[in-house]
Amino acid sequence: MKKNTNVQREPLTDTQLLMTITICIFIGMYLLAMLFLGGGFLHAQQIFDMLNDNASLIIVTFGLTIVMIGGGIDISVGAVTSLVVMSCVLYLNNGGNLFVSVLLALGIGLAFGVVQGFLISYLEIQPFIVTLAGMFFARGMTTILSVNPQKVDHEGFARLRDSKIEIPWLGYVAKNGNLVPARIELGVIVALLCLVFIFILLKYLRLGRDFYAMGGNQMSALMLGINVKRTRFLSYLISGLLSGISGYVFMMHTGAGNATNAAGMEMNAIASSIIGGTLLTGGVGNVIGSFFGTMTLTTIKKIVVSSGLNDPWWQSITTGGMLCFFILLQSVVLGQRAKKKSA
Amino acid sequence: MKNQTKKVFSGGLGQLTIPLVAIALLVIFNLFRDPSFFSIGIMHNNDGNIVLSGNLISIINGASELAILAMGMTLVTAACGGQDISVGAAAAIAGSVFVKILKSMPSITGGTVVLAFISACIVAMLFGTFNGTLVAVFKIQPMIATLILYTCGRSIAYWINGGATPTVSSPIISGIGSFIPGIPIPTPVLIVVLAAILFRLLFHFTSLELFTQSVGINGSAARLNGINSTFIKLLSFIILGICVAIAGTIGVSRLGLINHETLLLDVEMDTILAVAIGGNNLGGGKFKIGGSILGAYVIQMLTITLYAMKVSSTDVKAYKAIVIILLVVIGSPVVKARVSKLMSQLRTAKAENLTKGAQ
Amino acid sequence: MQDNCLLQMRGIEKNFPGVRALGGVDFTLRKGEIHALMGENGAGKSTLIKILTGVYQMDGGEISLEGNKVSIRSPQDAQMKGISTVYQEITLCPNLTVAENMYIGREDSAWVKHKEYEKRAGAILDSLGIPARSSQQLGDCSLAVQQMVAIARAVDMKCKVLILDEPTSSLDDKEVNMLFDLMKDLKSQGVGIIFVTHFLEQVYEVSDRITVLRNGELVGEYLTEELPQVELVAKMIGKELDELSALSESEDKDHEAGEVFYEAKNLSSSDALPFDFSIRKGEVNGFTGLLGSGRSESVRAIFGADKVSGGTIKIKGDPVKITKPIDAMKNGIGYLAEDRKRDGIIAELSVRENIILALQVMNGFFKPIRRSEAEAFADEYIKVLNIKTASRETPVGSLSGGNQQKVILARWLLTHPDYLILDEPTRGIDVGTKLEIQKLVLKLAEEGVSVTFISSEVEEMLRTCSRLIVMRDRHIVGELKGKDLNQAQVMKTIAGGES
Repeated sequence: MKKNTNVQREPLTDTQLLMTITICIFIGMYLLAMLFLGGGFLHAQQIFDMLNDNASLIIVTFGLTIVMIGGGIDISVGAVTSLVVMSCVLYLNNGGNLFVSVLLALGIGLAFGVVQGFLISYLEIQPFIVTLAGMFFARGMTTILSVNPQKVDHEGFARLRDSKIEIPWLGYVAKNGNLVPARIELGVIVALLCLVFIFILLKYLRLGRDFYAMGGNQMSALMLGINVKRTRFLSYLISGLLSGISGYVFMMHTGAGNATNAAGMEMNAIASSIIGGTLLTGGVGNVIGSFFGTMTLTTIKKIVVSSGLNDPWWQSITTGGMLCFFILLQSVVLGQRAKKKSA
Repeated sequence: MKNQTKKVFSGGLGQLTIPLVAIALLVIFNLFRDPSFFSIGIMHNNDGNIVLSGNLISIINGASELAILAMGMTLVTAACGGQDISVGAAAAIAGSVFVKILKSMPSITGGTVVLAFISACIVAMLFGTFNGTLVAVFKIQPMIATLILYTCGRSIAYWINGGATPTVSSPIISGIGSFIPGIPIPTPVLIVVLAAILFRLLFHFTSLELFTQSVGINGSAARLNGINSTFIKLLSFIILGICVAIAGTIGVSRLGLINHETLLLDVEMDTILAVAIGGNNLGGGKFKIGGSILGAYVIQMLTITLYAMKVSSTDVKAYKAIVIILLVVIGSPVVKARVSKLMSQLRTAKAENLTKGAQ
Repeated sequence: MQDNCLLQMRGIEKNFPGVRALGGVDFTLRKGEIHALMGENGAGKSTLIKILTGVYQMDGGEISLEGNKVSIRSPQDAQMKGISTVYQEITLCPNLTVAENMYIGREDSAWVKHKEYEKRAGAILDSLGIPARSSQQLGDCSLAVQQMVAIARAVDMKCKVLILDEPTSSLDDKEVNMLFDLMKDLKSQGVGIIFVTHFLEQVYEVSDRITVLRNGELVGEYLTEELPQVELVAKMIGKELDELSALSESEDKDHEAGEVFYEAKNLSSSDALPFDFSIRKGEVNGFTGLLGSGRSESVRAIFGADKVSGGTIKIKGDPVKITKPIDAMKNGIGYLAEDRKRDGIIAELSVRENIILALQVMNGFFKPIRRSEAEAFADEYIKVLNIKTASRETPVGSLSGGNQQKVILARWLLTHPDYLILDEPTRGIDVGTKLEIQKLVLKLAEEGVSVTFISSEVEEMLRTCSRLIVMRDRHIVGELKGKDLNQAQVMKTIAGGES
């Protein structure tokens, strides 16, 4: 066989390198937590809990990752999630149909995506300002809908909310001797499906590759014959749609709507994207990285709590420290690479 | 001749078109809605001072922190091509330091207030240096770099005062936060004027304006002309730090207490908005501080107008968003080009009609 | 003849706010010809090309392709109609692979067929002899290779019309020859090639026909063999070239008498290998060599533009330290950078602000130049250097290339330097301005300013320099002066002994 003569292994791309670093750090951190903190970290349920609690964050992070790869920013994602939750809760409580509520969630997300995408791509308004206004609008609408927390009392939804996938062999034996199976919520499945779809989109679909091209060099992308306006529009549209999905997943997890839902989620999503190796400058990033970015962020918070530092401010300080570490690490790594390249 | 005046007019107005149009629209809207909106009254406040009151005063007064932050943010935007999203958190830290120092003193006198303010300035400048170093030395995008302090800033503020929300009451503090006896104008407004004058002097007595714009427009060329762009970027963050300390001090003095959770909450978004409404390019380069100040007043005027229309404070955001979008859509280059094309078409059509009529 | 016609542009008009960029220009391209489009900067070449590629929409006129009237709405549209363009600046995406760059924007499937693209791209790269792997990230390739990939892309698109906009300015001689072979090959396949360049010799080497534009108007279309070079230049600038020839006989350029102003021993930087160099007061010398030979890197090291890594420097005999631009400026050195757009102008600032910038930096942060004084300086240099600008407050980015270059020259002249380094001051600007700049260099030397002059046109350097330092492969390989200063000798030294 003369198969390998011409096949040369390419060096890691920036995207791959940053993603690899994140995954390694995540695994290392988790192993250390297992070794030194033990307890919950030894059970598979710990990971599932992290997924259950953060499925909606993971989903918006994917949307944000796509926008950031295209060289943009979308800070409306958290507020849209919150608006979707509140709208769907009120709709269901007023005797709504379960299926229609899903459509409502997707519709709201899509509407935000379409309007924001149009303003940014076709009217060429700065994305930060447009999505900032989108964030204000969604937050304002949420409180206009209801200032008070609303709990869903819809039968069909309750069944949907409570349905979980149980995996007995990953469970553990509780102190009273009963086997507690590992539980995964439906939202996690949705998040993982999103992961698969977006991974395929970014890696194997023309549109996904166009996102990278646009983020890498917008002028070039235009010259190469890419419809940059449409591509940018679609990136915001997908992000909006994912915010809608995220809202529904959020509701499936909490079963209630609250004006302060998903507060600060946009910044958590940006932080997750960055930790996952997405660059705000565009052209570099990957959903698998973003997934592990979210998990890394969640793990550090879990570790802080497990270490007995229960004050909420410890979490945000460690999160800040973590971010600082990753940002500096990426800056140094990419700087070194650039130096090596030019030499 | 007419053409020339037109050119001068549009050239002189240029960047300030959006904020001025916005203010004009809001004024007209309020005139139709309720002319008494603009009435300025004279009243005695709780301390027995004669002070001005009315919606206009509360607009100008209420926008003070925003205007001061917007001035600093304009510099950062121009030099670095990005924004600092940690100003609210940093102001909470500065406010906490201000209160902490006051509380540790036996009594609140003019001297201790100055000392406390200087300490707040130093701390805010240190955090500015931290942000600035990440941006200027490590070449990290400003928004990403300041995300760190945004995430943990309020927690640091929490830690400074041990989680408490201590109050400070003194005539000096209320003098900073509301009125100085004998002067009917709110003190924060005077502070804004002072800050604007200081910026003017800064631009007059240093080359900051030219250097900042050069760095922001073409960093590589600026470097080859001997400008230390690292220094300029760092300096812009340090100046913003001072603005943050001033805004934090005003915020604390207004209420007479420090609440690290709510002090200047979400102000970073409004600040960036003020810079953008002021016609400054968020991608850096040429800037006008005056535009940003006007932008701050536009935002506050909008908020107060909505309040006057009995919109609840939580719902204001939604309406504000709509107005912002309208403003930026009007200001967007694409829309401008479309409109001017339409206008010229109309004009030629009209001219054709005229010639036809003449025949 | 008529059916041989591939592309016809008739009466093309384009207006920009306040400027008439094209006023009724005709252009005809035939099958299988290389057609050079010539003109000074601001003549309307790039506007015409951008209309043809759909970047701009024309305000009047019509375009027909193979006899059918067409309208070109976007770059994508142009590609689909068989019009491909390779620009001077690389217009590919550095974060994608070579193969992706070759197929992006023109796939028929919604899926990216990585394997197939890499295989096909690999075959094309091999057939054209381009040293790149198809699965490589484009950003990892050298600039020249990236340019070749862009051409390979156009070749693979089976384009009918290929536009090469200044394709050779970042290529060395070997690569240029490769490109010309490629162009001739494509020509024999019936492709019509529009070739835009500033290098006159290259036009005569490959082109069949020349169209000249001036000030947005058509001057004429000529067969290359029937148009002598001098006449071409005359048509481009619209005046006779007596001055140019007069300049070449300029009097004694020998300023050996002056004392040594600047002297460097073993100077090296992150980009330049150690070298020795000195220049006398009032001397004009030059660095020459092929692109990538290290000529620009060396002068950048003198100015401290790159990280200086070693060496000793003496100015008028006194040792000094120059590690960054401001050090050099304080020692009376000025540097006009090679890349005007990237390293020279501050596009959105006014002519006035651009002119005073360097002086302001030297004055320091706390001593701003007064407005009235700055205006006086700006007016003075606008007049002295004959800068064509609407006013001193016009943003410099809206001036033509030559006038931008003059603004940067004014910036350095205002600092009254003792030693001025001019790296490619005449690149990409019109012939008239080139001449003015060369004259200025000689005048400065007479006034006692030392000048280092770099140009990719050896002719220009022979006219101005009294000493030429020749570089090859990042080393100084020779120094020519006196009777050795002639084209043949320079070429021989650049190429190395064996030629």
